[in-house]
Amino acid sequence: MSDAETPTDPSDARDEQAVSDEEFEPVQVFPESEEMDLRPGSDDCYKCSTCDSACPVAEVDDEFPGPKFQGPEQWRVKRKDDHDIDDSVMSCSNCMRCDSACPSDVPLSQMHNTARGQFVEEQMEKLSREYVRNRILANYGTLAGFASKVPRLANFVMGNSFVQSINEKLLGITSEREFPEFADQTFREWWHERGGNATSEKRAREARAKRDDASADADDKRVAYFHGCYSNYNTPEVGKSMVRTFEHFGYEVMVPPQQCSGTPMFANGMLADAERAAETNVRELAAAIEDGADIIASCTSCSMSLRQEYPELFSFEGTASVAARTYEALEYLRLHEDLDAELADAKVEDAEFAYHAPCHARNQGLAGQAVEVLDNLTGANAEDVGDSCSGISGTYGWKEEKYDTSMEIGAEMFDHMEDTDAETGMTECPTCAMQMEHGTGYEIRHPLEVLDEALVERER
Amino acid sequence: MAIEDDVTVVGGGLAGMTAALAAAREGADVRLLSHKDSTLRSASGLVDVLGYDADGTLLADPFEAIADLPDSHPYRTVGVEGVREGLALFDAVVGDRYRGDHTDRNALVATHGGSVKPTARYPASAAPGLASDERSVLLVGFETVTDFDAPLAADHLRAAGVPFEVEGATVQFPGDFRADAARTRLADALDANERLEVGAAGSGGSGRSGRSGGGAGGGESGYTTSLPARKALAETVKDHLDGTERVGFPALLGQHETDEIRADLEAELGAAVFEVPMGSPSLPGMRLEGAFQRACRDAGVRFTTGNPVVGYEERDADRHDGGVAAVRVNRNGAAIPFHADQFVLATGGLVGKGVDSDREGVREPIFDCHVPAPSDRYDWFADEAFGDHPFARFGVETDDDLRPLDREGEPAFSNLRAAGAVLGGSDFAAEKSGSGVSLATGVAAGRSAAREVTR
Repeated sequence: MSDAETPTDPSDARDEQAVSDEEFEPVQVFPESEEMDLRPGSDDCYKCSTCDSACPVAEVDDEFPGPKFQGPEQWRVKRKDDHDIDDSVMSCSNCMRCDSACPSDVPLSQMHNTARGQFVEEQMEKLSREYVRNRILANYGTLAGFASKVPRLANFVMGNSFVQSINEKLLGITSEREFPEFADQTFREWWHERGGNATSEKRAREARAKRDDASADADDKRVAYFHGCYSNYNTPEVGKSMVRTFEHFGYEVMVPPQQCSGTPMFANGMLADAERAAETNVRELAAAIEDGADIIASCTSCSMSLRQEYPELFSFEGTASVAARTYEALEYLRLHEDLDAELADAKVEDAEFAYHAPCHARNQGLAGQAVEVLDNLTGANAEDVGDSCSGISGTYGWKEEKYDTSMEIGAEMFDHMEDTDAETGMTECPTCAMQMEHGTGYEIRHPLEVLDEALVERER
Repeated sequence: MAIEDDVTVVGGGLAGMTAALAAAREGADVRLLSHKDSTLRSASGLVDVLGYDADGTLLADPFEAIADLPDSHPYRTVGVEGVREGLALFDAVVGDRYRGDHTDRNALVATHGGSVKPTARYPASAAPGLASDERSVLLVGFETVTDFDAPLAADHLRAAGVPFEVEGATVQFPGDFRADAARTRLADALDANERLEVGAAGSGGSGRSGRSGGGAGGGESGYTTSLPARKALAETVKDHLDGTERVGFPALLGQHETDEIRADLEAELGAAVFEVPMGSPSLPGMRLEGAFQRACRDAGVRFTTGNPVVGYEERDADRHDGGVAAVRVNRNGAAIPFHADQFVLATGGLVGKGVDSDREGVREPIFDCHVPAPSDRYDWFADEAFGDHPFARFGVETDDDLRPLDREGEPAFSNLRAAGAVLGGSDFAAEKSGSGVSLATGVAAGRSAAREVTR
């Protein structure tokens, strides 16, 4: 029996004489819990409302009650069985800005993810249009997998205005957006055609020899690339740049089997789908760690998922080690190579960028990184367009009913982009890139593509 | 290799940003590491230097009283000149957004609880509300902004013996906002001068109001009418005015257009309009955060926010100078080092988590700097709620150069300085000295650190 359960006469507690100072010891009143227990986090909320003032959705949507309600307040309410979860939780875009706003370390996004999961599981009609639509959007990787088998046909079909209006009417996927094009060749197809791991090992060895780094133990320079769905199916150039850049520094790249990181699934409350994907990812990535690799991602939402959301929501063996050994690609190079010196010797031409830091990069402490890195590269400049959210938040801005909200959130970023001298945008997040392009018409690049151009292409 | 800077500042509050700015202006490459968004969002925006002496007597001139402080007080370390330098940097950053730099005397500002607080610098938006002014005051509260009860605050001010007539009125903020609308949302509406529905209430479920901005006229229909937010707010207050010379609102008059909003309200009401500083989330605090962040960025300070600093790496043992080589940031289990030549610790006090305690003792969690405290924890506090609590003064002790001292009274590291509430020896709540300590020690620590790398 714990101390907390020791029966005491309540009148004793009020009698100051009964408990002298020396005897009084406060006790742990909450028993240790095996299951996920968000109560301590909820109790840390002192209702300062700073999270509400940082929430981009609440800023433009007066119907949305904000992260404080969705998190600690709703968590308390829903502990009672007779209370449903408020459907407004589906209006949270999972940007996770509330996490960095909270001065008290309340795990807000974790609470939102669990509440959303429970809402979808228990309260959402599984045959409803919204559920079907969300399930399709959340499982973009599966859809893209089919589409990439016949990319030209898929591009034709998805770019067809008739299909788009069917999508909107039937499914509630907005017809305002241009569906991202599928690449003719996926990243993985390119990787295998190029000779996979064996080729990378060889190129890395050659690079180390050339860099006078031949003595470096090959085992120290090995990374496993988590490419995610988007750079596999839609922007394989980003993945190729990542491989070439890392090989340039002498790293042997591995590309383990993988599923979607789960980000769109968390945001749509599809926790069961996310868990299945996470199980595969943790197993495969943990195996790569066993082989001496660190995990690299080029999409900041993918790295966010592996680093924070997996450990918050799942407990597969290896989850913590995958979280601790996962890095964003540029971050990894900054930590392990003298990237600044390397770039000081390189140059590119007319590379002016309007840089937007994705919310999920901010949360990982990576917000200023691309700007800092490009500062050292002759010919390149990235101007930060401020701390507003792009508004698309993955699948959020694809929903017919959320499209206007998404564009209203993004308006500040569009304005700031157009205020800069640059006519090209830059970001690490594929859906932020989509939104940036949609709102300004700018071409958007990934920092890795610029690094690739500066360090690798020039050599060839 | 790694991420390397001249000076790394740990902490993103007023002390941290001041130290970073001071160091950058001396020519150093500076990085500021902070775990979360700046705590200035929770600050009232008032800048206190020293409001009360040890006996609780109100001080007219804070500078005069510094010599009477105990040796352990941070002001004694930096001296009166150091305090003035801190304020000079502050004045340069905020420009005409603040008042009070024309005098050494404390101003008396009414707070949202209805008490009167001595402070050295106050937002221009609060200036017409000074308690030493004899013009009559109407305090206006809003039904949904629950932490400002205007009639109660008026009662408290009368009880405090202010030299003016004061009344309080609670009104409904115009427009169709949700009952728990964030203060920032109301501020946004005033910033954009959105058109708000006024007149007959209960348009029920009509959703959010338009955001079409200023201009007069518009499509009135039925028995409601829509007005620009500032005009609508003035209309709501007019009936309560009754010839009052000054009107005080809770501090939510815009995030960006505060001057214009006040001018518009003053023109409509024919009375001076001021803001009453509020608790978290604080619009004056957010405006101050913005001003400091812009100044830091302009000076080249790099910000890295999002993960806590949890430890440090020592310099090579063969250098034998006991210096810090890097601080370590914990990012979901990975330790990310940030190297620098000099470091400034500005992580806050017991409230800001820069000083931590458990039943065994009191500690500074990053560098494990010595924090003097009685061994028996029942000696950490006084019995009375508002008594002279020892815990309020807990923090690190330093040498004259703000370097934290170890148990033996020697500098713990050759290249680490401390600034702000992590320093022991001051009770900011009782003395009203929080911002002054942050500014004065921030400037001193930042400049001292920068001199080590630029000389």
